[in-house]
Amino acid sequence: MLDYVWLIPLFPFIGFLINGLLGRRLGKGVVSVVGPSAIGLSFLTSILILFELINKPPSERLFEKVIFDWIVSGSLQTVIGYQIDPLSILMALVVTGVSFFIHIYSVGYMHDDPGYTRYFTYLNLFVFMMLNLILANNFLLMFVGWEGVGLCSYLLIGFWYEKDSAANAGKKAFIVNRVGDFGFILGMFLLFTSLGQHGIWTLDFTEVFANASKLDTTTATAIALLFFVGACGKSAQIPLYVWLPDAMEGPTPVSSLIHAATMVTAGVYMVARCNILYNMAPIAMAVVAIVGVATAIFTASIGFCQYDIKKILAYSTISQLGYMFLAVGVGAYSAGIFHLMTHAFFKGLLFLGAGSVMHALSGELDIRNMGALRKKIPVTFATFFIATLAIAGVPGLSGFFSKDEILWMAFSSGRGHFLLWLAAAIAAGMTAFYMFRALFMAFFGESRVDHHVAHHIHESPKIMTVPLMVLAFLSIVGGYVGVPHVLGGANHIHEFLAPVVGGGIEPAKAHAGFSLISEAWAAGGGEGHSAALEIFLMALSVVIALIGIGIAYFLYLKNPALPRMLTEKWNGLYRLVSNKYYVDELYQILFVNSLKKLGTGLWRGFDEFVIDGTVNGIAYFIGWLSGVMRKTQTGFVQNYAFSIMLGGVVLAIYYIIRGIFY
Amino acid sequence: MDILGIPILSFLIFFPLAGAAVLLFIKNESPIRVVTLLFALVEFVASLPLFFKFDSAMAAMQFLEDGWWVEAYGISYKLGIDGISLLLVLLSTFLTVLCILCSWTAITFRVKEYMISFLFLETGMIGALVALDLILFYVFWEVMLIPMYLLIGVWGNPQRRIYAAIKFFLFTMAGSVLMLVAILVLYFINLKATGKSTFDVLELYKLGIPVTTQYWLFGAFALAFAIKVPMFPFHTWLPDAHTEAPTAGSVILAGVLLKMGTYGFIRFAIPLFPNAALDLTPLISWLALIGIIYGALVSMMQPDLKRLVAFSSVSHLGYVMLGMFALNTQGVQGSIYQMLNHGISTGSLFLIVGMIYERRHTRMISDFGGISKVMPVFAVFFMIVTLSSIGLPGTNGFVGEFLILLGAFRANTLYGVLAAAGVILGAAYMLWMFQRVMFGKVTHSKNEGLKDLNAREVVILIPMVALIFLMGIYPKLFFSKMDASVEKFLKDFKGKVEMKADLPAPKVAEIKK
Repeated sequence: MLDYVWLIPLFPFIGFLINGLLGRRLGKGVVSVVGPSAIGLSFLTSILILFELINKPPSERLFEKVIFDWIVSGSLQTVIGYQIDPLSILMALVVTGVSFFIHIYSVGYMHDDPGYTRYFTYLNLFVFMMLNLILANNFLLMFVGWEGVGLCSYLLIGFWYEKDSAANAGKKAFIVNRVGDFGFILGMFLLFTSLGQHGIWTLDFTEVFANASKLDTTTATAIALLFFVGACGKSAQIPLYVWLPDAMEGPTPVSSLIHAATMVTAGVYMVARCNILYNMAPIAMAVVAIVGVATAIFTASIGFCQYDIKKILAYSTISQLGYMFLAVGVGAYSAGIFHLMTHAFFKGLLFLGAGSVMHALSGELDIRNMGALRKKIPVTFATFFIATLAIAGVPGLSGFFSKDEILWMAFSSGRGHFLLWLAAAIAAGMTAFYMFRALFMAFFGESRVDHHVAHHIHESPKIMTVPLMVLAFLSIVGGYVGVPHVLGGANHIHEFLAPVVGGGIEPAKAHAGFSLISEAWAAGGGEGHSAALEIFLMALSVVIALIGIGIAYFLYLKNPALPRMLTEKWNGLYRLVSNKYYVDELYQILFVNSLKKLGTGLWRGFDEFVIDGTVNGIAYFIGWLSGVMRKTQTGFVQNYAFSIMLGGVVLAIYYIIRGIFY
Repeated sequence: MDILGIPILSFLIFFPLAGAAVLLFIKNESPIRVVTLLFALVEFVASLPLFFKFDSAMAAMQFLEDGWWVEAYGISYKLGIDGISLLLVLLSTFLTVLCILCSWTAITFRVKEYMISFLFLETGMIGALVALDLILFYVFWEVMLIPMYLLIGVWGNPQRRIYAAIKFFLFTMAGSVLMLVAILVLYFINLKATGKSTFDVLELYKLGIPVTTQYWLFGAFALAFAIKVPMFPFHTWLPDAHTEAPTAGSVILAGVLLKMGTYGFIRFAIPLFPNAALDLTPLISWLALIGIIYGALVSMMQPDLKRLVAFSSVSHLGYVMLGMFALNTQGVQGSIYQMLNHGISTGSLFLIVGMIYERRHTRMISDFGGISKVMPVFAVFFMIVTLSSIGLPGTNGFVGEFLILLGAFRANTLYGVLAAAGVILGAAYMLWMFQRVMFGKVTHSKNEGLKDLNAREVVILIPMVALIFLMGIYPKLFFSKMDASVEKFLKDFKGKVEMKADLPAPKVAEIKK
């Protein structure tokens, strides 16, 4: 079965071709079957391959399949080739699995859209590109998928292209991602040429990582940082996160699939894939961790003041991605991938839930115009509630296990730090707060729904609610593959990924920043020290999350008038945050406007004035000169006779003078 | 290899001329169109054996023809192609067919003269690409000039066509006259050194020329070619020529004529004067880099679609030059590949602009908006071509751009970084243009009833799109043809540059002199 790895991306590609070339003629019915089943087949293939992989001993869980030669030029020899290992198969399962259910949901959600066929064409193409990204066995093919998913993201954000805001958002996403890709491509070049200096000309993962130790620390750091620039673009981290909130212009299932569950996690996947490089570059890792945790806090704070339910979820996604980067930044690669997986479940679900709410409320997005929906759309509510509990880190749900592993590693890893833990714990509290704020405002309290809309409120059809239930189930149980040892679990996922990402960084022996508590626990000593500390921190983070929930409860259910008073009292701060710290405006002035001005200046000033001015000036000068010269051509014989005579006289004088002096 | 008893390269040169002669005897417009198309098609089909019979393992010239033209002065009729010119010849015969097709309804007056000009142009293009004698090359080089001048001046836009045509002619002439002088100087240097009277470029390659002299000669050749490319700051004829030319004129101008400049560098300027080329690499690379960024920035602000595409050409050709002067395998191969890519993607862009121009008689971006809704088939083609132009992986543009960037990065890290930054701008100006033309609501009532593409137009665009994907997904098909020739080009270049360094008189002293 491993030999058939190419089937995984092939099915969506076939779906893309059928829908794209023939979809209009075949009709909606066929498209609705082709789109989801293409992904379903990929999912099944992935499962079969997973079983085959598990049956092998961990050290042999790597399989590569070259399909054909791609760009071959001198020392650059690249192939289209796929690779199966624990990391890529896990990603493939998450991507195809979540995609499958979102495709099914889309059949219901997009049913009446005139662009139905186009939608599934793009969606299938997206899955194809995403699978290329994660199954690639070399950097270049990964880059193909990387830009390919960017293209699909562009097309799907701008799916309703007649809306200017949608078209703008699509363009913004593409261009901001290109800035990231600039880093990725330079990272590739530097890697290629640096290894080339040691006689190894390759972009193949296996070969690169086997020889990575030949690189010196500076080079490894530079490469790792350049790749991270790429990751910042695709996974929306500071300073390149600005495109993701705007990307909510796309259809909601797209936000769920591309802008929450799969594509935006590609950066995390890349860092995990390159763990050997990052491990060689402590500074790069520190940058990854700090950017991650800073993004987590910064965007969570923006989430406080948003009213658009999709925007809240978007900032939440950015924030959670920051969490994943924190994990990989402290060397906890498997924890990062674990959170990537659980996040795919609960965040995918939250978006689908938001879509179901919009479906019920004729497209309403503003949580100020919702309220008391829990009875009207019970399935949507129940699943949304489960997802909210999961993301808030309530014990027992998937988000709790993955988030807690990150928090623990941020503290205990050799690359971790007390401050990283603290910031991450605060971000966790913030997450719990803004998620419950949204939940309370949308589903509890009094209804603020417009009465025209209120008549039509209805639960979504089965084709939409079943995917919700499946994802809700996964949001609950998805965490049990990674129950930490300290809670008596086996942490299967950690063990499964170990052949690719290693056992992680050695835990720190003594922690400077946290010495007080450390010492207090040191009394216990030995093994028990670390276990007890882990449980204590876990409890602490649960308390922080509960505080966040409690504040949300107090403000939005108990005293719904209070938030308004607070925003009036702290009006300046509120406006700063609700305007997203004016970062978009700053970028507009700094980059967009200035480049436009420069372009106009160069065009009018240099092209037209300097160059063409010179050229035309020469032409006019010659014209003028010949105009002057023409005056001598009068046509009168007397004038010419006079000139001849004059010439004769001048010559005569010349010879006379010459005769005198020589 | 012969066709009808005529060696294939000669056949390809003169067959279009025969077509032009036949046209003289036809009166009505429709048969003129059909006959021209037939000649162009036969020419294209006749050029295909070049690709299949070409020996990829051989680096030397193939399909050689060698005879005298003016024996007394050593002017020969020597033709041949290698992996570098092969694909460009095919591109020329291919694009000519599409150009005839896209002129079908667009050209309504003096159809006969128009078609004759086009066939003349084809003769000039093929001739210049296969000539291995400098005088022969020069003749074909100038032959291309006249029909293009007529295409712009007669069938161009009424408002500014004369200005544009004369500007095009004068710019190009200014460069080529100096090149002619340089050719003669080269001839006499060779005569003095070897006693042989020849313009055979393969012979002249072997000549060792003092570096100071090389500077002058390289300068003259480089100026002629740089104007044709066009490189910053000699590019200002291009936007005018493109804007005023009829669609087919723009296609062939962008697709093939500009490539004559880059081809001239790789076939003549660099191998003839390698030391000068090496020493001037920083200058040319910087001009190329400025062209990349400058072209992109200016392109972004153009209100006129054709001007926008024209400035994007300045940017794209900057990549071609940068890759070539990286003087390593990836750079040079990427450069050649990008010449083809540019012919296809920018050629397609001009075709596409021509198609909506025929419907709306305007090229102003602000006159459009929401066209996707009205012309969905057109939108798909336009999107694919746009993506090819911005070098998205999976399309041809990516392969060329990637290799050029890698080549430039290896030659000089800073070049690589700056050129890669240009890629961001490329996405910005193309997508912004696409958005303004295709997305949003239909705001102009004239756009509401636009008809989608007809069968002829789809037939024109399908081969282009097919090539975009073929070249993007399986580039090996094309690279295998050029591998040996590019390696030889680089080996010869390095050999000569090193040989020079071994000469008793050191290079520095020579420059000071």
